[in-house]
Amino acid sequence: MSNDYVDGNALAGDLQEIFAMDMTAATGRCAGCGYRGAVATLRVYQRAPGLVARCPSCEKVVLRVVRGPDRAWLDLRGTLNLEIPLPS
Amino acid sequence: MAGAAVSGRLTWRVAELAEARQQTHNARSLVFDVPGWPGHLPGQHVDVRLTAEDGYSVQRSYSIASTVDGNRVELSVQRVPGGEVSPYLCDVLEMGDAVELRGPVGGYFVWRPADPAPVLLVGGGSGIAPLMAMVRTRAALGSRVPFRLVYSVRTPEDVYFADELRRRVRDDAGLDVRLVYTRRAPAEATEPVGRVSVATLNTHGWLAEFAPNCFVCGSTGFVETVADILVALGHDPRRVRTERFGPSAPQRTQPDR
Ligand SMILES: Cc1cc2nc3c(=O)[nH]c(=O)nc-3n(C[C@H](O)[C@H](O)[C@H](O)COP(=O)(O)OP(=O)(O)OC[C@H]3O[C@@H](n4cnc5c(N)ncnc54)[C@H](O)[C@@H]3O)c2cc1C
Ligand SMILES: [Zn+2]
Repeated sequence: MSNDYVDGNALAGDLQEIFAMDMTAATGRCAGCGYRGAVATLRVYQRAPGLVARCPSCEKVVLRVVRGPDRAWLDLRGTLNLEIPLPS
Repeated sequence: MAGAAVSGRLTWRVAELAEARQQTHNARSLVFDVPGWPGHLPGQHVDVRLTAEDGYSVQRSYSIASTVDGNRVELSVQRVPGGEVSPYLCDVLEMGDAVELRGPVGGYFVWRPADPAPVLLVGGGSGIAPLMAMVRTRAALGSRVPFRLVYSVRTPEDVYFADELRRRVRDDAGLDVRLVYTRRAPAEATEPVGRVSVATLNTHGWLAEFAPNCFVCGSTGFVETVADILVALGHDPRRVRTERFGPSAPQRTQPDR
């Protein structure tokens, strides 16, 4: 496996820009294998167009963000669900 | 817009270089003055954006090494040869020059001082940055949470924050620091040169039964190795939090940083 990835922590800025809150502590479930873990534990490849986040267990793409000058595209088809802690 | 600290909306801020210090022959600490800085938690990072005159811009993440101190934010950057951003931050940026910065971001690789569990920090090379923020915050708050830091470097000249770490080992009760040299150790070293191993973490970490919070940071290869060892030693994977900085420099043959 290549060592060209970082942790899901690296998604923090781009996701907070979209959701206006931290999403890396949210818990996601992988649509491929059912892996459940913090978004921060995904494997992020920064050299792809945009940011590609893969499941640490089955390597399938679970999330993808592409940023344009005035919009962002978020592809979540590999994510079954996201559980987002909300400040009470 | 007022109330940046309460609004979660992330904006780019202009940050001016206020202080700089050479950390090692290939790393520099940069203290930025960031008007309106809302404060941060130890372990969080910022995104730094550089924009050229023709509008081309690049953005990279850097961990915050400082504890909360008004508008001051310290980063420590290792020069990656041929890199787009790090050589600029290490060699070109001068006092008073500005970059764009947004943050703090990240809510997972974060030490929460209210958590009483003991802490194990394992850093390789520049991976000390967010761990330093934790060590400094612990001291600033007078926290008694026991901390152990295992810090892997190539040679004695590659230790970031060397003087401060020496001083803190003496003054910060409950903080242990273990340096691991992968290429060359100082004469007084008691252990042979080598990488962080099962034996290192067995001896200088915490027993898994103590359920410590483990924070591991450095190059992707280093983090991979250390996280695997911790899990093999029985640590709950959910308590082994990682921050991978990316590949080791290309000329290196082993992931020791
Ligand atoms: C959450 C997060 C926090 C980070 N915090 C820090 C920090 O506190 N201090 C710090 O110095 N860096 C940190 N990094 C790494 C930083 O974001 C950059 O990747 C690094 O500075 C290289 O950027 P560059 O533009 O100079 O090189 P690039 O132009 O991106 O890369 C140039 C070449 O170097 C290789 N390369 C990329 N990254 C590295 C690396 N880290 N080491 C060796 N070779 C590399 C690339 O594969 C490429 O071949 C962090 C990364 C993340 C994801
Ligand atoms: Zn999966």
